[in-house]
Amino acid sequence: MAMWDQRYEPVIGLEVHAQLLTQSKAFCSCSTKFGQDPNSNVCPVCLGMPGVLPVLNLSLVEFILRMGLATHCSVAPRSTFARKNYFYPDLPKGYQISQYEEPICHGGYVEVELEEGRWKRIGITRIHMEEDAGKSIHDLDVDTLVDVNRCGVPLIEIVSEPDIRSPREAYLYVHKIRQIVTYLGICDGNMEEGSLRCDANVSVRLKGETKFGTKTEVKNMNSFRFVEKALEYEINRQIDLLESGEQVVQETLLWDAGQGIVLPMRSKEEAHDYRYFPEPDLVPVVVTQEWTDRIKETLPEDPTERRNRFVAEYNIPKYDADILTSEKALADYFEAVIRGLKTKSEENCKLASNWTMGDVLRVINTEKIAVSDFPLPPAHLAEMLNLIIGGTISGKIAKDVFEDMLKTRESPKVIVEKKGLVQVSDIAAIETIVDEILAKNRQQVESYLSGKTQVLGFFVGETMKATKGRANPKIVNELLRKKLEGRKE
Amino acid sequence: MDGKYRCTSMRTFDSISSDLSAGKTSCEQITQEYLRAVEGGKELNAFLAVFRESALEQAQTVDRRLTAGTAGPLAGTVVAIKDVICVRDEAVTCGSKILQDFRSLYDATVVSRLKQADAVIIGKTNMDEFAMGSSTENSAFGRVKLPLDQSRVPGGSSGGSAVAVAAGMATASLGSDTGGSIRQPAAFTGIVGLKPTYGRVSRYGLVAFASSFDTIGPFALTVKDAARVLHVIAGYDERDSTSAAVPVPEYAGSLDKEVRGVRVGIPREYFEEGLNEEIRAALERKIDLLRAGGVEVKEVSLPYTEYAIATYYILVTAEASSNLARYDGARYGYRARRTGDLLEMYTKSRSEGFGPEVKRRIMLGTYVLSAGYYDAYYRKGQKVRRLIQEDFIRVFQEVDCLVTPTSPTTAFKAGEKVDDPLQMYLSDIYTTSANLAGIPGISIPCGRDRQGLPIGLQILGKHFGEPMILRVADFLETAG
Repeated sequence: MAMWDQRYEPVIGLEVHAQLLTQSKAFCSCSTKFGQDPNSNVCPVCLGMPGVLPVLNLSLVEFILRMGLATHCSVAPRSTFARKNYFYPDLPKGYQISQYEEPICHGGYVEVELEEGRWKRIGITRIHMEEDAGKSIHDLDVDTLVDVNRCGVPLIEIVSEPDIRSPREAYLYVHKIRQIVTYLGICDGNMEEGSLRCDANVSVRLKGETKFGTKTEVKNMNSFRFVEKALEYEINRQIDLLESGEQVVQETLLWDAGQGIVLPMRSKEEAHDYRYFPEPDLVPVVVTQEWTDRIKETLPEDPTERRNRFVAEYNIPKYDADILTSEKALADYFEAVIRGLKTKSEENCKLASNWTMGDVLRVINTEKIAVSDFPLPPAHLAEMLNLIIGGTISGKIAKDVFEDMLKTRESPKVIVEKKGLVQVSDIAAIETIVDEILAKNRQQVESYLSGKTQVLGFFVGETMKATKGRANPKIVNELLRKKLEGRKE
Repeated sequence: MDGKYRCTSMRTFDSISSDLSAGKTSCEQITQEYLRAVEGGKELNAFLAVFRESALEQAQTVDRRLTAGTAGPLAGTVVAIKDVICVRDEAVTCGSKILQDFRSLYDATVVSRLKQADAVIIGKTNMDEFAMGSSTENSAFGRVKLPLDQSRVPGGSSGGSAVAVAAGMATASLGSDTGGSIRQPAAFTGIVGLKPTYGRVSRYGLVAFASSFDTIGPFALTVKDAARVLHVIAGYDERDSTSAAVPVPEYAGSLDKEVRGVRVGIPREYFEEGLNEEIRAALERKIDLLRAGGVEVKEVSLPYTEYAIATYYILVTAEASSNLARYDGARYGYRARRTGDLLEMYTKSRSEGFGPEVKRRIMLGTYVLSAGYYDAYYRKGQKVRRLIQEDFIRVFQEVDCLVTPTSPTTAFKAGEKVDDPLQMYLSDIYTTSANLAGIPGISIPCGRDRQGLPIGLQILGKHFGEPMILRVADFLETAG
């Protein structure tokens, strides 16, 4: 249930910036690698030295086309770059190369699932390319320091239509965008580290009203939670203003996560006239039908389609499929495990799902690592599952094998053999042990024979103890019952 | 005055070349001669930096290659570079205080191509600040003087490069032409100046004034020498996306003094009021020579010509306002002392670092791009630019090239126009159209006026039509 005056309806449009995972920068060949020494990934071009010229990195175009095609956008056969002019010390050229009047992608959409089976389409106005600025570091005693490493790192800006009607929808939308960019492998999707940034245009109006209210722009919402919280705060703030007879002022606001409120940006920082004009140093980007066709062919399966396929093909619950397809790498991992299974019965697929969602994700979450950094190859996990399915090890032993695999990186077969964890299913071997135990515990045998059949549990326990848990419990049970019943005559 | 700067090295590549192959001289000796000429012509203020040591070193290397038979096509040529083009580890001031102590980290593509061809780079030449001007009076390092009459200007903005060649301080030089900055000083100093087609020569390493107008081109004593230099510096460069992948012809090889059957257009609009009568007469004499040589001469019209200057100043100032934003004192170049906050550092550094003409253009350009004015100025300017381009495309269906005056006047007195920017801007009235349209143009000497000052004749060609304009220029150079 929404937490605002329900006579009102919020109208939200989002601008999401995604930092692309290209090897080199947008307009020079410098590396985009993160975490390098300040001002080390630089050259005359990204330093904005006199006389340099930008040269477009074609992988940037490839990446944005992937995004555009995955979100059903039209691709402009010819698009142009523009300069966005403003002064700032971390902007060496005094302008950012961006796209303005002729973006490369426009008119697309994504669909978000508001609740079970209820989908909403959110329009995408445009997606365009631009370069990032550098970083100013103010919080040092000396002065302001500038790190130019990030200058020229390629970004795409995804601008939504004002179709979003609640902070929840905004959250789902950003989540969806994140899912798509990570599926496409064009952005790591990390909001906290700033690889995915989100600004919102927010207004409210009485329900039934067709005109938009005065909007504000909310920036600095650098986590999924904050998107929801900041928007909720801003919607209530605007409604309160209107209810008390005041007016919403069009301004730029910054979300202050510490205080949980939005604060107006200093007017000096926002009073920008960017004086956009066509970038004369770059020629128009021409995208042929062949190019888009080729990219279309290499697009990965859409995450929603993949989820539906998981349910249909592997007969796993939708809940499982949702989690498994939340990230492409995880879905890929799961499917690789499935491929390694000897038989792909519903039961076995569920087993693979349980282990992937349970044990694999637990390690990933507690170690805070990416799925791609998870140390166990899916083939090893599949091999272990095959051992469970084939009765070689029990599910309980498997938990130990899993931990061992994480530590030693050895294959489950090797671990099971080395540690002698193979389940003993050899009836003759078990029979010898059972006989010994029956011989050692005459008193308990007598109790059983006198009708206290619950003593059977004691014998099972003793046998398992003697075999260090490796005896097949089913066979142990059967043998004991047979032997004891036999003595009754 | 004339003779003073025509003593030592007033030589063409052909004469140098034959002396070299006859063993009469060496590249080092030639370089020494030019260095002496530079020293002797100091009062002209043509050079901002002279690379004495590196030039002689380069010359010695060239001599070794000449002996070994591995020398490049420009061996023996000594070239001066306008100080708006980057030479690695050397200062590139652009005639501005704001870049006074700035050294470039890299060679411009044209510079590395010249070096590759075994040209010797002798130094950097003075210019109007950031190539903004028509008289080379707007330099932070003092004006350049016309060798023939030092009270006069050599034209601009590439005045230093023009004077370097005109006064025998280099075999050839490079200038930049955004609205006439090669052709007009070539006319004023009585030499050849070639502005190539936009995209013909890489701009990588040319400090930008107006990116969609800027071109690099050569000054030389003869058409043939200009053609030789163009051949070396032209061609696609992966570092300049606006450079064209059009093959580079052997420009100098096709100069055969033969123009029979060529169709030359005389655009009516270039001969209207404002044109000095002596210049008109000098051009008409040359046009008669063309007719005599078998050229089909016809009058044509370029109706949008009258909008060229206005369109030009809207668009170039817009681009300049953005291109010059990087000179803010934050990272390199001039920074004002004792400033409080960031805004003050910016405004003081830029106010103190830039000269008045540069500031005027930055303000004009900022204005035409501003919200609310963009459509009325910049966008309209772009539309008119297209009309001017179409004018030329249409005319070039009828004729192979156009012959016009280069400038409405000969070299004027220093100080005569500095206080009247509009008068100064009109000095480029015949040259800006070529930059608006991106077509090539060449200015060649066309006699002198009564005061003995050189007159320039401009030939304009179609896109990548350099071979044609060079051919006609070469014919006129020797005809009559």
